[in-house]
Amino acid sequence: MRVTIDKSRCIAAGQCVLNAPFVFDQGEEDGIVILLKEDPPPEQEEHTRRAARLCPAEAIKLHD
Amino acid sequence: MARVVIVGASVAGVGVANELRRLGHAGEILLVDGQDHLPYDRPPLSKAVLLGEEADAGLPFHEAAHYAGIGVELVLGRAAVSLDAATRTITLADGTRLRGDAVVIASGARARRFPAGLAEGPVWTIRDLADAHALRRQLRPGMRLAVVGGGFVGAEVASSARKLGLEVAVFEAAPLPFLRILGPTVAAELAALHEGAGVALRCGITVDRISRHGAAQRLHLSDGGSEEADLVVAGLGCLPNVEWLEGSGLPLVNGVVCDAFGRTGVDGIFAAGDAAAWFSPLAGRHERHEHWTAAREQARIVAAAIAGTEATAWEAFVPYFWSDLHGRRVQVLGDTAGAEEVSFAHRDEARGAFLVEYRHGGRIVGVAGCNAGARTMRYLAQLAPAAAEAA
Ligand SMILES: Cc1cc2nc3c(=O)[nH]c(=O)nc-3n(C[C@H](O)[C@H](O)[C@H](O)COP(=O)(O)OP(=O)(O)OC[C@H]3O[C@@H](n4cnc5c(N)ncnc54)[C@H](O)[C@@H]3O)c2cc1C
Ligand code: SF4
Repeated sequence: MRVTIDKSRCIAAGQCVLNAPFVFDQGEEDGIVILLKEDPPPEQEEHTRRAARLCPAEAIKLHD
Repeated sequence: MARVVIVGASVAGVGVANELRRLGHAGEILLVDGQDHLPYDRPPLSKAVLLGEEADAGLPFHEAAHYAGIGVELVLGRAAVSLDAATRTITLADGTRLRGDAVVIASGARARRFPAGLAEGPVWTIRDLADAHALRRQLRPGMRLAVVGGGFVGAEVASSARKLGLEVAVFEAAPLPFLRILGPTVAAELAALHEGAGVALRCGITVDRISRHGAAQRLHLSDGGSEEADLVVAGLGCLPNVEWLEGSGLPLVNGVVCDAFGRTGVDGIFAAGDAAAWFSPLAGRHERHEHWTAAREQARIVAAAIAGTEATAWEAFVPYFWSDLHGRRVQVLGDTAGAEEVSFAHRDEARGAFLVEYRHGGRIVGVAGCNAGARTMRYLAQLAPAAAEAA
C-alpha cells in the first residue's frame, strides 16, 4: 500500500494522527498533515485505512 | 436500486454523495445546486480568495471528472423551490421534478444581512464565491473598512483586509468578540491579535444605522457617536436556507429538525449541514451547527443511514473548527462554551502560540489553540475515546 496526501485539502482535523500515529503527523503550528510513511508496513495498513476513511477532508489517498 | 436526490452541493451534499459511493451504494445519485459553479469549498472565501490567492486555495472539492467517475450527476444552476414530502419529489426553478427514494436536504445557510431599511449604502456580506469576488474588487489599500459583527467570518475579513493594507475597524456588541463561545481568557487573546495587527476593535457597541456621507458611509453607534468608512461589511452570522421547504410539512425550527441520524421524521427524507438542526443526545436539544466539520460528519452519518450501514454515532463527534486570523491558525476542539475552569497549558510568544484547556468538573471538555496545531489536535484522543473505538 502506498499513501499520498493532499495538503491543500487538509483542514487539520487530526483524525489521521488519532488513528494512525505512526504514519501521520501534523505541523507544529498550522496542524496540516505530514506524511511520515509513504509505504506503511503491513501491521499499520488497517490503521492507515481507517485514517483515510475518517479524514473529513478526503485528503488521504491510498494506492494498493 | 434506490435513487438519492441531494439538494445543495457543498460540504454536506458532496460529502453525502462521496460517502454513499464509498459505502457501495449502487443507485443513481443526483446532486442539485442553485449555483452554476463546480461545487466549491467556503472557508477559503474570507481567506485566500479575498487575498487574491484563489488559485492555490483548493476551492473546488473535486474536478468535474470526479463526479463522472463515481457516477454522481450534477444538476447545477437551478435551485429547488419546493418539496413534496409524501412523494419525495423536488421541484426545481425551471419546473423540473426530481423524485428520490431518498432525499437529502443540504441547502446550507446564507449570510444574515444588516437590516436594509437601516442602511443607505451597500453593506457587503460573504457566503458565496460571487460575494467574495465582488468584495475583493472593492478592497484597495488605504481604504477604511468597517466590519459590523466580530464573529469568525467578520474577523477573517478584517484580517485579510489588513493584510491588503486597509484601515479596519470591527464593531462588536459584546464586551469582547468570541466571549460567549470561548470565554474571557481566549477572547482577550484574540482581541490582542486584532489589536496587534492594527485593527481598531470597538466593543460593547452596536451599529444602529448607516447613512451616506458623500462617497463614504457613516455608521451611527449606540453610544451616540459615529464613525466613517469607505466600505462596510456585515459579519452577523447566518440563517438556514429552508424557506423553499415551507409548505412541505417538514418541521422547521431554526433549520430542518432532525434526530441524531439526520432523519426528519418523514421516511426517506434527511437533512445535514448548516441547514439542519440535529438532536444532540448530550445537550438534550436540537442544535444547528455552522461549522465545516460538523457538516461533513453529518454527511457521513446520513449516508450510512441511507445505505443501511453502521456509522459512528453523532454523540461521539468532537466539535471542531478553525480560523485563520492575522497569520495565525486558531483551532477549537470540543465544548468550550461555559466551561468552569480555563487555564493555559502552553505558551510560546516567539511563535505566537498558545494552548488553553477548558475543564468542567475537573474533566477536560475542550481546548483552544493558536499556532499550536499538532499540540491542540493531540487532545482529540482524550476528548473522543469513544469515537476512536467505534470507528
Ligand atoms: C466565508 C466563510 C468562511 C468560513 N470559514 C470556516 C472555517 O474557517 N472553519 C469552519 O469550520 N467553518 C467555516 N465556515 C463555515 C462552513 O463553510 C460551513 O459550515 C459549511 O459550508 C456548511 O456546509 P453546508 O454543505 O451545510 O452548506 P453551505 O456551504 O451553505 O452550502 C449550501 C449549498 O446549497 C445550495 N442551495 C441553497 N439553497 C438551495 C436550493 N433551494 N436549491 C438548490 N441548492 C441550494 C447553495 O447554493 C450552496 O451551494 C465558513 C463559512 C464562510 C461563509
Ligand atoms: S485527518 Fe485529514 S484533514 Fe485531518 S489532519 Fe489528517 S489529513 Fe488533515
